[in-house]
Amino acid sequence: MFEGLQRVWETFFNLDLIGQTLPTLLRVGLPNTLLLAVLASVIGVVVGVVIAAGLMSSKVAVRLPCRMYVDVLRGLPHILTVYLVGQGLPLAGITLFGESTYGYAALAIGLLEGAYMAEIFRAGFQSVEKGQTEAARGLGLSHLETLRFVVFPTGARRVLPPLTGQFILVIKGTALVYLLGLTAGQREMFAIAQDTAIVNASLSPLVAAGLLFLAITVPLTYAVNAWERRLRDGRKDAPTGSATDSATDSATDMDRALAHQGTG
Amino acid sequence: MTTQTTSQAPTTHGTPVTFDHVNKRFGRTRVLHDICLEVPGGQTTCVVGPSGSGKSTLLRCTNRLEEPDEGRVLLGDTDVTDRSADIDAVRARIGMVFQTFNLFPYRTALDNITLALRRVRKLPADEAAERARTHLASVGLAGLEHRRPGQLSGGQQQRVAIARALAMEPEVMLFDEATSALDPELVKGVLSIMRDLAGQGMTMIVVTHEMRFAQEAAGQVVFLDHGRLIEKAAPDKFFGAPESPRLQAFLSAVT
Repeated sequence: MFEGLQRVWETFFNLDLIGQTLPTLLRVGLPNTLLLAVLASVIGVVVGVVIAAGLMSSKVAVRLPCRMYVDVLRGLPHILTVYLVGQGLPLAGITLFGESTYGYAALAIGLLEGAYMAEIFRAGFQSVEKGQTEAARGLGLSHLETLRFVVFPTGARRVLPPLTGQFILVIKGTALVYLLGLTAGQREMFAIAQDTAIVNASLSPLVAAGLLFLAITVPLTYAVNAWERRLRDGRKDAPTGSATDSATDSATDMDRALAHQGTG
Repeated sequence: MTTQTTSQAPTTHGTPVTFDHVNKRFGRTRVLHDICLEVPGGQTTCVVGPSGSGKSTLLRCTNRLEEPDEGRVLLGDTDVTDRSADIDAVRARIGMVFQTFNLFPYRTALDNITLALRRVRKLPADEAAERARTHLASVGLAGLEHRRPGQLSGGQQQRVAIARALAMEPEVMLFDEATSALDPELVKGVLSIMRDLAGQGMTMIVVTHEMRFAQEAAGQVVFLDHGRLIEKAAPDKFFGAPESPRLQAFLSAVT
């Protein structure tokens, strides 16, 4: 009985092992996790804006490929996309980043995130009231000026909270790059934890990594929620929430997707 | 009011607007049925009628926020409906005030006004700000220039919207139920600004439910019903001796 409990404890909460892993996690894993998340998000934002613009195009020839991009990348298991892009590109001789797995990893997650972010941008910008556009056009501003000076400033503010929410998902998503095989210095938190876990036949390092992930994601999640609440209820000129709602939906989708694919 | 000193002298030869056999459908519903209407320059034309009668659509055809299916709309000599016309330039000559104000939410009152002055009129920043301040003062909002729309009451927001339109020194002003979304106690201030404008010889087309305003400020009043122009008359006759039974029924229902 006691032995059994001890075994459970040793498997998950071997304090020595956690203590041993933590310095590497903090020194190597955490910066890599954050750097990957930022790189992937930057790629994701750029891809997302372009695709979102395409989704809102009046031309079918533009809209259709963008819609397909979003549907395909949101419809595939993330693990599949990460393999296809991260391993596939260098294998196919498309060596954009030379030998650096890091670049392919960021690109793979970035392309993936771009699909989700495109929907966030589209929802955010389409939530800008028609009256805003009409007022601007009525004053004589051109279509582009209206987008730039009226739709964008409002849309961008509505998009920021769900975009930050998506960033949290990217942080978690970086664990997937473990699949691509990183060199020792490139490993993010999950990779370090997993490697250490295998060597020591104990999952405690993974628990340590998990705690670090939680230390980042949970406070951020609460901050985003508070931010969205403030936007929704706080001020008279705040958005009515359609953007935030649908964006949160897409974020939830991804949450579920990540959960399902059971990383590691 | 110092507002109009810049645009045109308070005479009666402002720019007229002509609706020439204007037709408009939304899907299978015919919203405007062969409308012919002369809006004389320097006068106020009030458009009244039940909701869904097409009055807002007619108004929005003036600056092509709605595109007529057939017919022409003329602003002075300019054919607004001409597809090859520079619609942005035409719109800059027409001021519009909406029921829901439609101020830009993340810009201050001042920036709401300066945006088009700078981008469309190409005024330098200081000149645009100066003109915006003058117009804010003329609608009684001096000192509130750094407030955002969310920090202003509905009546104040609508007055900013009017100042925003007037700062462009338009030849024609369109009011689309400008007081319908306001609390009753705020309606008066907005109407009095509109009345002043009318008195100064601005060409105005005013879609409204405020019958007293129409009676006092309009040069002519137009009754639309189911997309058709039913009756058009000077206010005295329009309200005193309406001809069509439909207008009689409408007036007895609203007054």
